[in-house]
Amino acid sequence: MTAASNDIEGYIERVLRGERRPLSRVITWVQENLPEGREAVRALFRHTGHAHTVGITGSAGSGKSTLTGTLAREERRRQRGVGIVAVDPSSPFTGGAILGDRIRMQDLTGDEGIFVRSMATRQSLGGLTAMAADVISVMDASGKDIVLVETVGAGQDEVDIARTAQTTCLVLTPGAGDDIQTMKAGIMEIADILVVNKADLAGADILMSQLKALLSYSEHGDWIIPIVRVVSTRGEGIPELADAIDHHREYLERSGKLAQRRLERSRHQIVEAVRAEVMRRYLSGEGGTQLDELARRVAERDLDPHSAAIELIEGATRAG
Amino acid sequence: MTTERKIRVLIAKPGLDGHDRGAKVVARALRDAGMEVIYTGIRQTPQMIAEAALQEDVDVVGLSILSGAHMELFPRIVDELKKRGVDDVLLFAGGIIPEEDTPMLKRLGFKAVFRPGSSTNDIIEYVRSHVGAPA
Repeated sequence: MTAASNDIEGYIERVLRGERRPLSRVITWVQENLPEGREAVRALFRHTGHAHTVGITGSAGSGKSTLTGTLAREERRRQRGVGIVAVDPSSPFTGGAILGDRIRMQDLTGDEGIFVRSMATRQSLGGLTAMAADVISVMDASGKDIVLVETVGAGQDEVDIARTAQTTCLVLTPGAGDDIQTMKAGIMEIADILVVNKADLAGADILMSQLKALLSYSEHGDWIIPIVRVVSTRGEGIPELADAIDHHREYLERSGKLAQRRLERSRHQIVEAVRAEVMRRYLSGEGGTQLDELARRVAERDLDPHSAAIELIEGATRAG
Repeated sequence: MTTERKIRVLIAKPGLDGHDRGAKVVARALRDAGMEVIYTGIRQTPQMIAEAALQEDVDVVGLSILSGAHMELFPRIVDELKKRGVDDVLLFAGGIIPEEDTPMLKRLGFKAVFRPGSSTNDIIEYVRSHVGAPA
């Protein structure tokens, strides 16, 4: 799992050549938050920026995995190399996870131009968003033209991941009353493209008109958010969705928004990296032991949490 | 911060039988033991299993089979894994597999075979001790 420094260089070269086994291993280093992962990302980062990143989010059961799979096939038809990052939740109790998105992407495995990686949210204090961004960078550096990032649009983490993408698709389904709730919760604002999946079900027309009404009185600048009707299982509407994604990318480039989004994302990535680095420095190893001790004192009302934090940081700085 | 490494396991069902209760029970047990389990569902070809193992960079591949085709399929799976340079995964098998096939499977690299009646704790223990993570 771990590797010597000259070995890391070898891996990096092979990732840049698009070899899949090293790509897979480097992603593991990143997911495990190993020093090798940070070194690899450092070296690979300047080779990134080519891939268009697309976030695909929506509530559980909205058909994101199937949609992502069929969209990936359409992108392949357009001669593009595709990376998929499928994020599923970890159990907050055991830390375990069942990652089942591949079940819905079966027929992708025969194609070497598609690389699918499942990712659990983990209870990583280091920040899921930073980790996901690094995984996307590694795929980007390996020469993928488009990276699809699939997340359950439930928590802040997932929304943040979707936000790091250049184009965000929000997947909705007819008959699920909570879709409107999702919009109220603010997820709607991050959508560049709305996808009405399972559009063959009853209620699709009602949902379409609700969405149109909703968009007509919301503020979204000069990009007109398209609503794409899709039946993923039959591939209906998928070419239109791929077109919408292409149009959005062209729009971003034409309007100068791409540069702006890149800047915002970079800023966000730095903040996330700071968070991860602070966590790593102060809360792993020695700091973890001190955390337990401080937690005990805070629980006993012997100390307040803010003073505990300062004590932890200053203690570690003195020791370092 | 969790410093201990997460064990990633691929649970797959090769061949044509559609009985995935056993595979799902094992997947859940491993999840509850804190592992990340990639579950790919039924009717997996050797190529699909090897591809998933490659892309997910798993530590362990567990195969569940009830159809009796293991002597046919398992060597092909091992072959497909090797072809892709995936030569450092722990393999185990589960399902209806006759005792007399065990030596052959051991030679193929399946260090353990869990038959009906096996306890999920034994499987967890086996994976933990062989991947070398803290128990």
